[in-house]
Amino acid sequence: MLVPMTPFDEPQTTPPAPNAAGPDLAALIACPRCDAVYRAVQPGPGERAVCASCKTVLIAPRRRAGQHLIAVAVAVVVLVVAATLAPFLAIEAAGRSNASSVLDAALAFAATGPVAILALAVAALIVFIPVLRALLVIYVLGPVVLDRPPAPHAAAAFRLSEDLRPWSMAEIFVIGCAVALVKIADLAQVHFGPAFWMFAALVVLVVVQDGFMCRYSVWKSLER
Amino acid sequence: MEIAGTLRTAREMGLVACTSCTRVWPAGTDRCGRCGHRLHTRAPMALQRVWAWWLVGVIAYVPANLYPMLSTRTLVASQEATIIGGAVDLARHGNWGIALVILTASVAIPLGKFLAIAMLALGVRHGSALSGSRRQQLYQVVEYIGRWSMIDVFVVAILASLVQLGAVASVSPGPASLFFALSVIFTMLSAQSFDSRLIWDAAREGRRA
Repeated sequence: MLVPMTPFDEPQTTPPAPNAAGPDLAALIACPRCDAVYRAVQPGPGERAVCASCKTVLIAPRRRAGQHLIAVAVAVVVLVVAATLAPFLAIEAAGRSNASSVLDAALAFAATGPVAILALAVAALIVFIPVLRALLVIYVLGPVVLDRPPAPHAAAAFRLSEDLRPWSMAEIFVIGCAVALVKIADLAQVHFGPAFWMFAALVVLVVVQDGFMCRYSVWKSLER
Repeated sequence: MEIAGTLRTAREMGLVACTSCTRVWPAGTDRCGRCGHRLHTRAPMALQRVWAWWLVGVIAYVPANLYPMLSTRTLVASQEATIIGGAVDLARHGNWGIALVILTASVAIPLGKFLAIAMLALGVRHGSALSGSRRQQLYQVVEYIGRWSMIDVFVVAILASLVQLGAVASVSPGPASLFFALSVIFTMLSAQSFDSRLIWDAAREGRRA
């Protein structure tokens, strides 16, 4: 359920002291999209607090989100590594066959001159960045879940993980497979390898991960 | 929106908000004490950055359409196909659905993104017929959809690695795949450079005036 946040409407007569960097400012939250300021109030269970002005989700805590996120991150690492090495798709035509792994797909560009840079980029987008993000999440949330003080540079690690979010494209790659399959369906017979199903599971996990991630809660937990 | 009247922005309150972790600090603070992100009331030179990435994105999109995306060799023929040429071929063979998907993903969406980003950036300077929340929605759609254009590059990668059947059939990527990928990446960077708080500044100033 979406709950609009209550605007921060402190009377104009008492402007915040310029050096009030203490607990007062820590209780506020600013919408990163439209700059509106609110008093940060934890929404009830199952509720998500949205910016009253632009509807951006600001706080969306989940019970035991930390454990869930770590579990999903471990699964992502295992799946991506396994799926990278195992055959992904196989085709057969006129008695000849060929199987391809995700790594082969990334390296398809490697052989052809200037397009070779693209091999690196594709490998990064579909393998390295998703794995790196998962590892960063484990590193950041691990100590939090265990009630230990945050790991060194945890804030920088979490910021990097969030900055990389749009560049993690494993799920787009899976849909790309579907399109590629249709394109060659009448040219050859296509078989799904085990890695294909691993990657398909990965798509679901990525969606789950984004649903559980409440950035506000993570930052809050890193503060101590 | 009746509720918006009581809203105050961090800038109006003499504060600066961290766009990374939503914490607020007194104006003039350099770095966020919680996450280490650099603090700016509004991203400096945001619009110049948007336009710079936008321009290289548009430029890269031209060769992406002129050069072949894929070259296919089969026993009987060898052919090179551009993005639009490939879609037209599919349509000729009766695959209207996929032709439509490709035209949407590789032509309609990129062109729509160029237009949308240009509209948002122009709207900040010259005002826009669309309301703030409409433009915010447009921006979110552009940010969300931007990455999906990469699908065409992945399709080429999958086909080129999979269809390697010696003389029977083989597919190799053409130079357009590189330009297309660059165009998608530049457009994503252009959208990310845009500071959406600028949308609301203009709207709120208009209301107050």
